[in-house]
Amino acid sequence: MEDLSLRHAARQRAGGTKTMAIIGVVASGNLEVLAERILPDADCLVEIKTAAEGFGQVWSAVVADFVARYSPGGLKFSINDGGARPDTVSLRLAQAVRLMTEDDR
Amino acid sequence: MRATRMQTANLPTGPDRAVSWYEASARTRVSLLLDAGSFSEFIGPEMREVSPHLQVFDLPEQFDDGIVVGGGRLDGWPVAVAAQEGRFMGGAFGEVHGAKLTGLLRAARDITSMPVLILFDTGGVRLQEANAGELAIAEIMRAMIEARNAGVKVIGLIGGRAGCYGGGGLIAGCCSALAVSEQGRIAVSGPEVIETNRGVEEFDSRDRALVWRTMGGKHRRLLGGAETFADDTVQDFRSAALQLLGSAGDFGLGTLKAEQSRLEDRLRRFSRCPDAVDIWTAEGIADAESIPALPADQFISLADNVRRPSRDAR
Repeated sequence: MEDLSLRHAARQRAGGTKTMAIIGVVASGNLEVLAERILPDADCLVEIKTAAEGFGQVWSAVVADFVARYSPGGLKFSINDGGARPDTVSLRLAQAVRLMTEDDR
Repeated sequence: MRATRMQTANLPTGPDRAVSWYEASARTRVSLLLDAGSFSEFIGPEMREVSPHLQVFDLPEQFDDGIVVGGGRLDGWPVAVAAQEGRFMGGAFGEVHGAKLTGLLRAARDITSMPVLILFDTGGVRLQEANAGELAIAEIMRAMIEARNAGVKVIGLIGGRAGCYGGGGLIAGCCSALAVSEQGRIAVSGPEVIETNRGVEEFDSRDRALVWRTMGGKHRRLLGGAETFADDTVQDFRSAALQLLGSAGDFGLGTLKAEQSRLEDRLRRFSRCPDAVDIWTAEGIADAESIPALPADQFISLADNVRRPSRDAR
């Protein structure tokens, strides 16, 4: 297992009012993303525990791209990874941001 | 505490319950099964009650340890719910995973008026947590019998990817009633386990048709192991759960004696049958070979003619 912690400054606060959301499962080629609204509005933190070691640079690139696209200010993302591909990681992060903007039905 | 029913408004745009139960995640199943927005989770993922054992094996954890537990409403009635995530380690029981279900059942036992729905999706005990997992199975079975003895109905819903195997099959056998879909296999030893221990002549685990007609939902329904057969949609499982909550009998010594004689009768009648098709034929089903390919609605009416579920046993 490898632990990574990536901290970014975000342009603006993430939308919505939900305090927590979770998406995905920890399975081969998949991951879970837990989003929590616990940071100052201009901060974003992504903490990763991954079974696939040695991919730090790929994670950095994927997360930097995600923060640039979605500006998830105020959100902390905790990831348990089962060896997901970068496109799956991007998808789950985007889904997590989207869920934070949705009200409970 | 007395259960009270809360009327829910008939909204024109309700949740989409036509989705496949088999394909859905544990969280999707729970949120669509219950009345919209009624679910509140106990020990949610943000509490990070993860397995204390997986780190030793350098394996990734999941924040909910593969099971979602909480309370909600089913057609207005308060219910306790547990749902296993079959894609995380095969939905297997570990120490924390099991403790969450044990706690839910004990709470239901103490409240007495709130039935429990268990959405099984499990291969059994998590091998990395062998002893803790086996103990969890025993604790869950005890908690379930205590809850049922206090008057709580426990309904099992089985239709997930992992089926319901190992200790999960034992726990399912302790429920007040079960609903199963064609995909929802129920057994203790899985196909590969049987083949490994008894040889390929005994059971060929690669013969999928054999696996489905021996362990699949249709056979379990016809044998009387499951009370209700559900089509593979959340709506069908919701209807099945409501129906079983209404029909499941009380629990007592009489129930256990009736269950014992049901099983003895079954053994007497079918123990010489080498295949599920022979059992169906012995049950008087004219075209038993056609059952595996039968659509759900036709199978349900056939099953209702062949075997009305027993109200006394379980």
